[in-house]
Amino acid sequence: MKVSIERSALLKAMGQAQSVVERRNTIPILGNVLIEAEGAQVSFRATDLDIEVLDRVPGMVEAPGATTVSAHLLHEIVRKLPDGALVALSDQPQSGRLEVRAGRSTFSLATLPREDFPVMASSEYASNFGAPAGLLRRLFDKSKFAISTEETRYYLNGVYMHVAEGENGPVLRCVATDGHRLARIDAPLPEGAAGMPGVIVPRKTVGELRKLLDDDEAQIAVSVSETKVRFATPEITLTSKVIDGTFPDYTRVIPHANTRRMEVDAAEFAQAVDRVATVSSERARAVKLSLDEDRLILSVNAPDSGMAEEELAVAYSDDKMEIGFNAKYLLEIAGQVDRENAVFLFNSSGDPTLMREGGDMSAIYVVMPMRV
Amino acid sequence: MPSLCRDCLHSFETGPRCPACRSPRVLAHPELFDLAIAHIDCDAFYAAVEKRDRPELADRPVIIGGGRRGVVSTACYVARIHGVRSAMPMFEALRLCPEAVVIRPRMEVYASLSRRIRDMMEELTPAVEPLSLDEAFLDLTGTARLHGAPPAILLARLARRMRRELGITASVGLSHNKFLAKIASDRDKPDGFSVIGRAETPDFLAGQPARIIWGIGAAGQAQLAAHGIRKVGDLLRWDRRELVRVFGKTGLRLWHLARGEDRRRVAPDAPVKSVSNETTFAEDIDAPDLLDGHVWRLSEKVSDRLKARGLAGGSVTLKLKRADHRLFTRSLTLPDPTQLAERIHAAAAGLQSASGLAGPFRLIGVGVSALVPEAEGDRLDDLLDPEGRRRRAAEAARDAIRRRFGSDAIIKGRALR
Repeated sequence: MKVSIERSALLKAMGQAQSVVERRNTIPILGNVLIEAEGAQVSFRATDLDIEVLDRVPGMVEAPGATTVSAHLLHEIVRKLPDGALVALSDQPQSGRLEVRAGRSTFSLATLPREDFPVMASSEYASNFGAPAGLLRRLFDKSKFAISTEETRYYLNGVYMHVAEGENGPVLRCVATDGHRLARIDAPLPEGAAGMPGVIVPRKTVGELRKLLDDDEAQIAVSVSETKVRFATPEITLTSKVIDGTFPDYTRVIPHANTRRMEVDAAEFAQAVDRVATVSSERARAVKLSLDEDRLILSVNAPDSGMAEEELAVAYSDDKMEIGFNAKYLLEIAGQVDRENAVFLFNSSGDPTLMREGGDMSAIYVVMPMRV
Repeated sequence: MPSLCRDCLHSFETGPRCPACRSPRVLAHPELFDLAIAHIDCDAFYAAVEKRDRPELADRPVIIGGGRRGVVSTACYVARIHGVRSAMPMFEALRLCPEAVVIRPRMEVYASLSRRIRDMMEELTPAVEPLSLDEAFLDLTGTARLHGAPPAILLARLARRMRRELGITASVGLSHNKFLAKIASDRDKPDGFSVIGRAETPDFLAGQPARIIWGIGAAGQAQLAAHGIRKVGDLLRWDRRELVRVFGKTGLRLWHLARGEDRRRVAPDAPVKSVSNETTFAEDIDAPDLLDGHVWRLSEKVSDRLKARGLAGGSVTLKLKRADHRLFTRSLTLPDPTQLAERIHAAAAGLQSASGLAGPFRLIGVGVSALVPEAEGDRLDDLLDPEGRRRRAAEAARDAIRRRFGSDAIIKGRALR
């Protein structure tokens, strides 16, 4: 194999590859990237056995071929090369090394045989559809903060992407929850997605997917089966196993009868919560909300460090009430609001609270209160 | 030389017997009335309590411990003659001493007695640092004027009181810091009183084996021996920086301790860092159901102790020892600290299933750490577990019943597995 690739294209491909590859690997080949050169294209493939990313980069292929080399090492080298450099990769069959040349730098890297590289088995997808990058970005960006890290409930370690019945017909919906807060985000159902099986997209895949979604104009080809999900642009294909489990019935969790309505400027609210939470204890950052006619008092009382209070003007016309929350949870959901005021719907101090943006039902958040 | 009679507490100037009561139990030391840091260690505490309550056992070897597969928690002095030691597997203890009477520990009895001993100690000084049910450090600095007697006399009086009122003997170590006080209490057991003064400290320590240093176990000894350090005196030849280079932080500690320097304070109520319970099975267990029954009972014990202390914990640890003696621990951080048996059990059981470890197991343990006051725990319900709130109420009701009618008054079905 002998190819030359422009440094910035190579860096982008290697950046994607090395982030899929786990830092610590007991199986050496999983630390490697598979480089295949053919026609006018060089492809880079990396995997952790759950996720596979394949990146195609235009290159001058003098001799086609394939080899594998440490993803982190090659990424580091390319990162340190000057911008605009042309990088030549050529394998040296007699020494079993890959030579990397750019300008006056030469590196010789250990390789492993391409036959050892575990290429993810191709599978049949039940559903294939196209979706604008912006649509997918909103679905995942607004839900991923609620993904659980609890290993014992592994089925919550991802975003549940499925087809659901929204306010105005079927929607593509993403739901994530860790049992304390929940995010439910809807988007218009892309054409051809109706028959899609519901899948739990793992946290790491959500992170990798994000890198494909920066370009608003891009159209992402989505393929879904019971066990796998694939997102593809013309250059990059991200294939991932989905979490093998059943996502809990979240619809029971979403309160429908919360009537006490508070409307507040989300940014102002978040700043105030952040300020008063300064004095709360590290572990349990409990903030108390005291509501009265158009007035919200946020307070923290931490026996060891002190207390804090801040008053905010809000729209509220219901009975007086007090309710406590973990400050971090409040900040996270308030941080999702980007256009209008945040609308909180309370029931009692022991029941889940619902938050949405103005009257928009396409993004709703549920948060569990905390006894204060 | 200042002398003290341990029976009548008369103090005098030198003599083999007490001039007042003729007792030979005389304590004489040049610094006797100048030292104030003490370590008090009850002699074979659990066994002594059992012998006190069952006088017919007085001359028989008694071992306190649980089950055939358990370990010895205390051996009385008769059993120790046969070679029985604490932490020895029970089957081995019984091989050495087949005629021993094995008694299951009665922790409530020991705990209430321990409380009384601590009350007696606290009459002498507020600076009492209990290390366990049966040993404690006392700092009696500055108490002489209040009590009208120097620490040595107060300690001898305390030991006499424990013997007379509680029927328990203890050994007292008196010195100028915790490290040496603890060594001293071990020098003259049982019913002893040993003093290590400032002047004699360097010579005394130099001749002691390195294992006398707290925290130096078998592995530490081997590591020290590899560098030619067998006796404490060998450490004196080392440069401080060199010790730190070779042994890290421990090196600095070794350097100071070898010189008899220990600046740790006697800290009353050193905060509890974790609460845990474990059990070694009579026979290795493989069945998930049985295992879960144990996890539940341990979770319940840990929960009871947390509740008794008004604490909740933010981290749960599961400890599993396989039949091949390999030890595994798994832990997780809870989103909301807890003291509830239900939640501890759910976390521990979750860790067990997520660990993917295959049995059979010989030991299982459940622990809770990252402790906070109970007011900061159990404040968050789970959206996905609508029954959680009701189970929390059920546990509170169950606790109320157990407080009133005893801990066996109401138990969970799963506790029977």
